Amino acid sequence: MSTAIVYQPEQRLELPDGQRRLIALTIYLGFAALAVGVINGLAQALSYAHINIFQYYPGMNSYYQGLTVHGVFNAIIFTFAFANGFVTLTMARGLNRKVHSGLLIAAFGSLALGSLLAAFAMFSGRASVLYTFYAPLQAHWTFYLGLVLIVVSTWITSLNLFVTLRSWRREHRGERIPLLAFISVVTYVFWDISSLGIAVETVVFVLPWSLGLVATTDPLMDRTLFWFTGHPIVYFWLLPVYISWYAMIPKQVGGKLFSDSAVRAVFLMFLCIIPIGMHHQYMDPGISSKLKFATAILTFTVFLPSLLTAFSVMYALEIGGRKRGGTGLVGWFFALPWSDPSVAAQVLAMLVFLLGGITGLMNASYSMNIEIHNTTFVPGHFHLTVGTAVALSVMGIAYWLVPYLEHRKLWSRGLAQAQAWIYAAGVLIFARGMISGGLAGMPRRTAIALAPYSEPSWHLAGIITAVGGSLMVIGALLFFLDIGLTVVIGEREEPAEIPFTETIHAPATVGWEVSFDHLRYWIAIAFVLIVVMYGPFVATHIPLASVGVPFKRF
Amino acid sequence: MDRFEKIFFGISVVMLALFLCALFYASAAMHVHVQSSQEVISVKPGGNLAMAVLTTAPFNNPGVKQIGPHDYEVDIIAQAWTFYPSEIKLPAGANVEFKATSVDVTHGFLIPGTLINMMLIPGQVSITHYRFEHAGTYLLLCHEYCGRGHHTMFAKVEVQ
Ligand code: HEM
Ligand SMILES: [Cu+2]
Ligand SMILES: [Cu+2]
Repeated sequence: MSTAIVYQPEQRLELPDGQRRLIALTIYLGFAALAVGVINGLAQALSYAHINIFQYYPGMNSYYQGLTVHGVFNAIIFTFAFANGFVTLTMARGLNRKVHSGLLIAAFGSLALGSLLAAFAMFSGRASVLYTFYAPLQAHWTFYLGLVLIVVSTWITSLNLFVTLRSWRREHRGERIPLLAFISVVTYVFWDISSLGIAVETVVFVLPWSLGLVATTDPLMDRTLFWFTGHPIVYFWLLPVYISWYAMIPKQVGGKLFSDSAVRAVFLMFLCIIPIGMHHQYMDPGISSKLKFATAILTFTVFLPSLLTAFSVMYALEIGGRKRGGTGLVGWFFALPWSDPSVAAQVLAMLVFLLGGITGLMNASYSMNIEIHNTTFVPGHFHLTVGTAVALSVMGIAYWLVPYLEHRKLWSRGLAQAQAWIYAAGVLIFARGMISGGLAGMPRRTAIALAPYSEPSWHLAGIITAVGGSLMVIGALLFFLDIGLTVVIGEREEPAEIPFTETIHAPATVGWEVSFDHLRYWIAIAFVLIVVMYGPFVATHIPLASVGVPFKRF
Repeated sequence: MDRFEKIFFGISVVMLALFLCALFYASAAMHVHVQSSQEVISVKPGGNLAMAVLTTAPFNNPGVKQIGPHDYEVDIIAQAWTFYPSEIKLPAGANVEFKATSVDVTHGFLIPGTLINMMLIPGQVSITHYRFEHAGTYLLLCHEYCGRGHHTMFAKVEVQ
């Protein structure tokens, strides 16, 4: 190994109490959303085993109402709330300065109001359109307005990061942006650009249409705009977790991050390669095969940053494991501090993510996609990724973050550890069921328990799904129990420190690597690629079709 | 960047390139057909989609049509929550072209056990080709959420 020029981040951060509370509130809102979402998940998993329980849920009139709640609460409210709170904190830690309080309040307000509006629409049965809300299914306008406000809260959070970065730069002219701050801000720049599709879809087309201001909408255009955002959204779920994997986990296992530049390069790659949402539309009419082909190629290139992440993170873990006395090819892995639930949950999440990556490659290959598109293979895949790599990592992060925010000790480490293993085991079983069912053509988004048709090969798959899903739900409920008790009755302790890693190679101050920090070049590349990939579709699809009339039979 | 990183970067690039080649080979050699139909149903000002579909060929006359010695065309209309026609009879070994469209919301078009998998989007015509080699009863089902009765939307394909 090369000799170390160790770069140590500066001393600890003292965040004002008000800001700490707001960040905590934002994150708890996310956890509350996750709790609601996960409880609905149980009804879905059991439905695939022909066990029908959704009608016992208060206020749930159809399977699809619950599924809409599951998708929106888990994949949008939970993930966005966590990102807003957590990345604001990592930014503050990275620059060692507080953020803007007014913007913090505004972001929380927008998120809370948006969530309330969307929740009202969904629970009152006016918005059973699933989280993809494909027109001409038409939800109540409060649903769309709620989503808009939730997205606006992420934009306000970005603004907060930019303002904080600017005031830091004034005092540190000519210095490299500290790594933690850099990856935090790139995450949000990336998302700001990515979210433009959904923003245009809702604000320009669907919201006016739901208010009756225009009579029709163009379903293919809306759908394409949705997926413009719907693909990169997965990286907005993932990148906050990558921040933890890169910059925090190495510290927690006693290792070090290898190189500063590699991490910056990985985040910039995500920023540059945004426009590949059409891989969700391989089976759509109206999109040329050339575009589908180009999308397939570009999709493969975004596996690169994730492969590099696997390398860097694995290497950091290995350094830690060897320091702790692990030897041999795999010995270091078992020597990791498994008794620390924060580490155990996140390392398990990484292992599950490896499987998620493989199934993702299968989705992305369009010759495979034809066999699995819209089958349960797809939820099988993404419960390995967002449902576990992200959700279980967030639970792991919560095991130090909540004590940090509350100045209280985690209520039970043992429970936390058990929780992580149960959840991980659960998702592996669940995904096994869903993936095998999907390969046999079992459709997703379908109340199988009520369907008049079935195939013999789906039965076992459905039962496995239900067993694994139930375990996941138990694992998740134990998490909420532990965190809830920590907040309420956890033993008080001295303010703790945010785990924050050292890098072996400090950021270069001369040479080409300095250009990593000039974000405007990378943003320009992103926009060029967007025009190349989406320009042809827009040019040939215009004028918009006036075929989408409101449909509300749900 | 460090030497280790460069090596790993190289390996990753090569690996992904190989996957891509495999993908291209598979789609060419196995004749996997991913639809990219550009046919649309146009609605005249003041008209509506359902009327437009029902007056546009071939959907003004949905069903199975023999168009050659071994060639069939099947034109299908999807409407929440049925396919027209809902029973389709085809001979084994024939070349079949499926054309389908929706009169209301987005529907799915999936026949498990085959390579038939399409989205039906209002205003667009979806087209795919397939040859059923084996006789039997196949399930054609809607695999995109299309409202309250979505899970009741299916049809049967009898291959003799
Ligand atoms: C913990 C227990 C969970 C269970 C038992 C569960 C179960 C399920 C099932 C069975 C489906 C497929 C339903 C269908 O297609 O008909 C589904 C869909 C989905 N799940 Fe989960 N899930 C869980 C957790 C999560 C988490 C943590 C996330 C994300 C953070 C998540 C995100 C989603 C999304 C986005 C969908 C797709 C919704 C749609 O098709 O509209 N799930 N879940
Ligand atoms: Cu995607
Ligand atoms: Cu349907």
